[in-house]
Amino acid sequence: MSELSDLIICEYCDAVYQRPRLHAHQRANCRRCGGVLARPHLFHVDHLLALCLTAVLLVVFLGVSPVLVIQTQGQAHPATLFDAVWALTRGPTDLLALVAGFSVILVPLVQVALMSWILGFAHFRQKAPGFRGCMRTLTSLSPWSMLEVFLLGALVTVFKITGRIEVLPTLGLAALAGLSLLIIGMAGRDIHRLWDELP
Amino acid sequence: MTPPTADELGLRLCHHCRLACDATAQHCPRCNTWLHRRKHNSIARAWALMMTALILYIPANVLPIMHTSSFTGDSDTTILGSVVTLWLDGAWDIALIIFIASVGVPVTKFLVLGLLLLTVGRGSERSRRDRTRLYRGLELIGYWSMLDVFVAGLLVALVQFGALGSIEPRIGILYFGLVVVLTMLATMSFDPRLIWDTEPHHE
Ligand SMILES: [Zn+2]
Ligand SMILES: [Zn+2]
Repeated sequence: MSELSDLIICEYCDAVYQRPRLHAHQRANCRRCGGVLARPHLFHVDHLLALCLTAVLLVVFLGVSPVLVIQTQGQAHPATLFDAVWALTRGPTDLLALVAGFSVILVPLVQVALMSWILGFAHFRQKAPGFRGCMRTLTSLSPWSMLEVFLLGALVTVFKITGRIEVLPTLGLAALAGLSLLIIGMAGRDIHRLWDELP
Repeated sequence: MTPPTADELGLRLCHHCRLACDATAQHCPRCNTWLHRRKHNSIARAWALMMTALILYIPANVLPIMHTSSFTGDSDTTILGSVVTLWLDGAWDIALIIFIASVGVPVTKFLVLGLLLLTVGRGSERSRRDRTRLYRGLELIGYWSMLDVFVAGLLVALVQFGALGSIEPRIGILYFGLVVVLTMLATMSFDPRLIWDTEPHHE
């Protein structure tokens, strides 16, 4: 039998295949259940580091910059990601503020931090200290990162109160869109290749 | 030609790093995760989480999610109430988005997960491929029903001043968030490989 690392097991139906050689834009699907077995990578490892540093900048920017601003009587009232989460602690919904804070602040923050750490070392073809733990944390956290849902929520909010008051989308909203895309593309997909590519 | 299964070859998939591991090993040699043949107690856990979510979905819809006070008086809004108001105001597109996120997505999850659990429990051999596809759909719609929670948070954060009145979150939205978390956990507990485990051997 061939090397175990040359085999690929379908996570949906347990079928086993030889790892296929994929060309760009090719995808390998399971013959038995149709699930995706392997897809081409979006980015080269070195590009991932550059994208990750971009993500760090976006995180810092989002920490201070509002995603929405409303204008009333000449005054501007901004709301950052943190304000929106904090607002849920008013009234009987504190527990929900925890869930929201976890999924739109803590998880993305940890994801970006761990990816910077891992990719910084990967740039020099090395496994970062704690590589296994970092990768496992990234895999477990990725279903709970909900920035893109928050983004849609912000857009819905704009339309919901426009007409009564003037709401202005800000640069923060664009940063949020960029960061969601980066996290989906990296943490959800491409980071995984490091298991196979680092010595 | 059907491909061999991991079981037949004496292999196990590592859920974290996707390495094909020897079935005799207890831990994945690459990432050290515990290896299981199938997710532990999958069916019972998925049922329990889903039923709890289903029960909480009732107060999520019946109880108000927001309290608004302004010149014109105080009012409590439920999810369906806000959908109706938006629709009558002519914002049918926003009404539709909110309706899909807060009714369509959770109800679809309950129905699909219920169907998968029932058919797997009966050991059904029918349309396995389609049922696996349904499971992937469940994973995909995962957390989108959190939408209302974030809209509520943003509205409360933005509208809290003088002339505009104020908005406060209400308990309904908490039940809503719990429904999302519980349905996500239920989906994760279900092991889609159980759909295929009934297949007779094909040497
Ligand atoms: Zn498959
Ligand atoms: Zn592993």
